[in-house]
Amino acid sequence: MAADAIIVEGVRKRFGEKAALDGLDLRVGSGTVHGVLGPNGAGKTTAVRVLATLLRADEGRVEVAGHDVRRRPDEVRRRIGLLGQHAAVDEELSGRQNLDMFGRLHHLGARHARVRADELLERFGLAETGRKAVKRYSGGMRRRLDLAASLITDPEVLFLDEPTTGLDPRGRAEVWESVRSLVGGGTTVLLTTQYLEEADQLADRVSVIDGGRVVADGTPDGLKERLGGDRIDVVVRDAAQLARTAELLPEGATVDADRRLASAPVTDRMEALTGVVRALRDAGIDAEDVALRRPTLDEVFLSLTGRPKETEAV
Amino acid sequence: MSTSMSWIATDSWTMTRRELAHWARQPVQVLVGLVFPVMMLLMFTYLIGGGKGIAGQYAEFLVPGMFALTMVFGLDATMVAVTQDLNKGVIDRFRSMPMTNGAVLVGRSAADMLQSFVSLLVMMAVGVAIGWRWHGSFAAVLAAVGLLLMLRFAMLWIGIHLAMVAGRPEMVAAVQILVWPVGFLSNAFTVPQNMPGWLGAVVEWNPMSATATAVRDLFGNDPGVAGTSWAADQAGLLAVLWPVVLVGIFLPLAVRRFTALSK
Repeated sequence: MAADAIIVEGVRKRFGEKAALDGLDLRVGSGTVHGVLGPNGAGKTTAVRVLATLLRADEGRVEVAGHDVRRRPDEVRRRIGLLGQHAAVDEELSGRQNLDMFGRLHHLGARHARVRADELLERFGLAETGRKAVKRYSGGMRRRLDLAASLITDPEVLFLDEPTTGLDPRGRAEVWESVRSLVGGGTTVLLTTQYLEEADQLADRVSVIDGGRVVADGTPDGLKERLGGDRIDVVVRDAAQLARTAELLPEGATVDADRRLASAPVTDRMEALTGVVRALRDAGIDAEDVALRRPTLDEVFLSLTGRPKETEAV
Repeated sequence: MSTSMSWIATDSWTMTRRELAHWARQPVQVLVGLVFPVMMLLMFTYLIGGGKGIAGQYAEFLVPGMFALTMVFGLDATMVAVTQDLNKGVIDRFRSMPMTNGAVLVGRSAADMLQSFVSLLVMMAVGVAIGWRWHGSFAAVLAAVGLLLMLRFAMLWIGIHLAMVAGRPEMVAAVQILVWPVGFLSNAFTVPQNMPGWLGAVVEWNPMSATATAVRDLFGNDPGVAGTSWAADQAGLLAVLWPVVLVGIFLPLAVRRFTALSK
């Protein structure tokens, strides 16, 4: 069997006039976490739906867990788990009823399905919810149940489509924790996200997609390096000191007089921070704020595509 | 082959259990579903029959017609349920699993048929309470129930198909309105002989009228009033043919629609 758990070659999918996927290529190694980063409308969800056998591509080849999704969808379905953008569980039933049902539909048999449901409820901290219908769950609980439902058969490949969109920071942390614990088990994860930070936290490799094709890929660190990496921002009290401040910053500094802000790309985060703070103090410059920050997704897209991130909804 | 056949049965049962679990969680909704046709039955018996001063006699004629009407109105219940389901994320999970795809539809039809059967029993009991009787053999009663459920089965697949074509909750309202003329332009309430000629013809050829006439015949409820046209004479045959033809058209269409969701 191939070492790549996911192979996508030249996949196109049109909806009417619009090309949602326009020659998408991806390769995801077994047991790795691959982030697919892109703005709304970039084709992330369409890609996941094609990979998870929910949607048929117009052109191209897709192989998941060693099977062609078009020719052997059932073989693929036996080996995948899917966590979509919206909770794919039955809201009227309890968490246990849901997992029991999905277990039976995975052909575990009635008894094994029940045992598996209990295991997963325990593991995701949902054992106490009892008979409560899912529609009464909090957003984070619902996501965890959804994730549990995706893991009924210990899938070889797990698709997570924007798993934390719409969650509060606590819910987001819970989902990240769960994803990390999975990776230890050897599961291949394909994760789509709009957040650079999320890809950075979870993914071994990242593909940035825009207009239905990959515009850049690599490790998160490699990408950030190519994109100019982190930046240091200094906000001064006295705008007259701005030019002097920019001289003290690493090479490539820019100034924004309106915000009394000087900004520069950095390579070594800690060294840059301590160096800049010392230089400012020695020069007697009063800084209101000194901060290291990652490039925002907007900056990533600007530098990759030469235009700002589109904000249209899907 | 035998294993995949047995998975179809297993998956269908799992999906039927899902519908039954929904019932258990929404007893009020289930009750409303059973009470609504009973309310209609009582309303029309006493409003129209009572208005003419013949409530007891009218029940003999009306009650079997109301059975057929209830089966036709089931179309709307099925469509609502399928539309709600299709708009839920859970359908994506079903479709990304190695289960038999059609099991979702089989579960729906099993639950709806069971609901209609129970509803029919309740209505028969209420019918008896207000003076309706059957005069035929037990076998004839079973045959009548069978014909009614066949009509329901046809409505079921039309409902599933329409839900998949329309797909949106706002379209359901349109179909809900359109079910009324189909149900009322029938011989459920009155005989077509007293209607204008063109309307009488529409009413006689309404599939629901064939079922109503045929079950009146089987229950022994005054078959003479059905009329003398070919459609009225052959009501028994038509009551079988109509549902078979409708299912023959709409079941394959609905199943194809369902699998085509992946296009």
